[in-house]
Amino acid sequence: MAQHSHDYHIDIPGTTVFDGRMAMKGYALNKMCYDFNRAENREAFKADPEAWMEKYGLREEQRQAIRDNDILAMIEEGGNIYYLAKLAGIFKLSVQDVGGMQTGRTREEFQAFLASQA
Amino acid sequence: MAQILGGITTSHIPAVGNAIDKGLQDDPYWKPFFDGYPKVHAWIREHKPDYVVNIYNDHGLGFFLDRMPTFAIGAAHEYRNEDEGWGLPSLPPFPGAPELSWHIIESMVEDEFDITSCQELAVDHGFVVPMQLFWPGAPNNPDMPRAVPISANTVQHPIPTLKRALDFGKALGKALRSFPEEAKVVVLGTGGLSHQLDGQRAGFINKEFDQYCLENIVSDPEALTKISRMELVEKAGAQGTEFLMWMMMRGALGDEVTEITRNYHIPISNTAAGTLLLECAA
Ligand SMILES: [Fe+2]
Repeated sequence: MAQHSHDYHIDIPGTTVFDGRMAMKGYALNKMCYDFNRAENREAFKADPEAWMEKYGLREEQRQAIRDNDILAMIEEGGNIYYLAKLAGIFKLSVQDVGGMQTGRTREEFQAFLASQA
Repeated sequence: MAQILGGITTSHIPAVGNAIDKGLQDDPYWKPFFDGYPKVHAWIREHKPDYVVNIYNDHGLGFFLDRMPTFAIGAAHEYRNEDEGWGLPSLPPFPGAPELSWHIIESMVEDEFDITSCQELAVDHGFVVPMQLFWPGAPNNPDMPRAVPISANTVQHPIPTLKRALDFGKALGKALRSFPEEAKVVVLGTGGLSHQLDGQRAGFINKEFDQYCLENIVSDPEALTKISRMELVEKAGAQGTEFLMWMMMRGALGDEVTEITRNYHIPISNTAAGTLLLECAA
């Protein structure tokens, strides 16, 4: 899908532009995460993650990313961070934890990195 | 006719709601952030707006990718704050102003802005945290104005251009000033400033770019319309695109504004936090 005439996809290292292509790829994963807005869905996922991922029709790569707790792989698979944040909440992970997981830092190292940009 | 008193912008980080709940305003981590608000409180107490137009971006509570409005305007009697997936306590509903909402919708569509009207709209931290910051105890603050929420899409590209956001604000200003009621309105723009939550570049903050935006949003917002959306992602971070809400707010205020107060602090959570209060020329 070449759309060079639009303001489309300059390469920004370490950044995925969540556009129509990614939104289609990640739809099932994001829908499952969106539905975590409801406590009963969070409980159902916790009780049987495999069955819950099957119910939403996640691709195998998406399921494996969740099994591995691999945020970068979830994003590669079309996950959008606003919906993934709801999944992270189930595991009691803060945005600093998630930041650290994606950048190879501990939570404390990631917080220090944030502060270093003041 | 209604009068626009001014506009207020603020970051709307979810952790702020938690800090307010726990009374952490004087905690060393939080104090430089909360110090940005007493002047806003004094201004609100002095002017007592009747309505608040709250321009924010939904983060996956009110809307999902099944249908994603570029610009949505609430037209409800009240707006419920619901669980965003983290099981945090929700606030009581915020009172709406449907007659003002429909006036805005009529005026905007006549001005060729195609918007989505919402008779039900659950509001997330993007709407709620600024209300808590500006009207402590919200919505149970005696000065709490009735609200019109406006949400712009920054979840999924293509997002609106900076020019479109500013133009939207200009049309919104025209709509508000033609509302046939002697009423005072304040416009909020929430979100930003630079931050990125996702990817190997997570944690990215750009003080220099934020300062450029803070300067120009006051005196020369047209200059900011030269920034392309991809440039905004690159320089403000993937979620720093929320600066669009500041542009929408600014457009509503007209050319002449007076800066009453400004605050900027790095970091709160993963974000460069900014606050700005601009008063319209009387
Ligand atoms: Fe946000």
